Amino acid sequence: MCLGVPGLVVEIDELTATVDFWGVRRRVRLDLADEPVAVGDYVLNHVGFAIRRIPPADVETTLALYEQLLKEANADLMAADVRGEIDAS
Amino acid sequence: MPLEFRDPARAAALRDALARATARVGRERVSLMHVCGSHEQAIAKFGLRAAFPPALDVIMGPGCPVCVTDQPEIDEAVALAAQGVRIATYGDMVRVPGTAGSLADAQARGARIDVVYSVAQAVEIARATTEPFVFFATGFETTAVATAAVLIGGVPPNFSVLSAHKYIPPVMEIVAEMPGTRVEGFLAAGHAATITGSATFEPFVERHALPVVVAGFEPLDILAALVKLVELVGRGEAAVVNMFPRCVTREGNVNAQRQLWTVFEPIGGRWRGIAHVPNGNLRLRDAWAAVDARRRFTIDAASLWRQAPSSLVRQCICGHIMAGIASPADCALFGAACVPDSPVGACMVSSEGTCRIWHEYGGVPDLRGAACPS
Repeated sequence: MCLGVPGLVVEIDELTATVDFWGVRRRVRLDLADEPVAVGDYVLNHVGFAIRRIPPADVETTLALYEQLLKEANADLMAADVRGEIDAS
Repeated sequence: MPLEFRDPARAAALRDALARATARVGRERVSLMHVCGSHEQAIAKFGLRAAFPPALDVIMGPGCPVCVTDQPEIDEAVALAAQGVRIATYGDMVRVPGTAGSLADAQARGARIDVVYSVAQAVEIARATTEPFVFFATGFETTAVATAAVLIGGVPPNFSVLSAHKYIPPVMEIVAEMPGTRVEGFLAAGHAATITGSATFEPFVERHALPVVVAGFEPLDILAALVKLVELVGRGEAAVVNMFPRCVTREGNVNAQRQLWTVFEPIGGRWRGIAHVPNGNLRLRDAWAAVDARRRFTIDAASLWRQAPSSLVRQCICGHIMAGIASPADCALFGAACVPDSPVGACMVSSEGTCRIWHEYGGVPDLRGAACPS
């Protein structure tokens, strides 16, 4: 899937970050990120890798979109793919 | 608070704009193709086809990575598993039938198969064992960058990669030239372009004189991108337009691209049901031969090919669906002999497959003229 999932960087240990996805904390690799990532940044993640640092101005909208998606239906294919992305980390 | 991307008033305005733009093209039929499972999920889930003018066809092309993985590639993984090599791969790949069964069938016969969400997890499993361990690497460039990153980052000596990675721009060239398809423009997947950048489509646009519009995944993102695409078709303008600027730049993620092309090179190969696609597969470069499962093991997939596929598999039209010349509604197996719990073809296995998506959201969207989704 190519949707990715956004999360908050809470800790960085060299090239691996601990990222918070709505309370679920996972390890994410930072070596594919498009620019340097710091604690407090939001990143878009795909198959366990951060692929983009989300510009601060876009964070609120991005999170709102995903929150809408995740609460819509448990069986929803897109929501299932997003949950899979969280499990990838 | 209603989301800007789900606003009914904006949806209605975009639906009207789409109708006007399609009418201005002035042809009985305008055929557009998208190449992304997430786009099809959004289109089907929100019933967007109900909002399209009757002359507009938006078809899903070869945008499901699980679906386009060719049977001989699955056979290679099944053969390796049968030879005693431990295999890890992404979830859906385990259920996709090869010539003589799936990886799940191999597992039932005693093979060691690990399902992972990330290649990084596969590396961790390999690190904890000394058994020969192969990651069956499937997916487009968005996923191939992750495979590249773990190899560059360093893997244990028992780890190697069986690459079935595929590269989207070359298959767009093939589908654009297929006589039965008549695609007049492409909707490109926003998050894939986050990595590759919208510039990746510029050579295609130049060669085929067809427009490409990069689109996000919200219903209004898709409607807005379609309006732009139909306008370009109407003006006969071949250009790349980025309608997902909050995620996509022209250059994309240069760091990820550098890693991708450090490890992989494009090579011709078959896509399930489509054709041989020049430059459509991603092969490990010679410098990475030591971690290339094809060069490290003798893979006896040919022994599987003596077993004929079942008659149901021979009736599957997954390939025609991905080439845009048939829809699930044209398949006698769809929803009858072929359902998500017992899929005949790959398009019913994956959550990004057209058949699975249509099955989930009520199948044929025959809602034309119904109220605009909000």
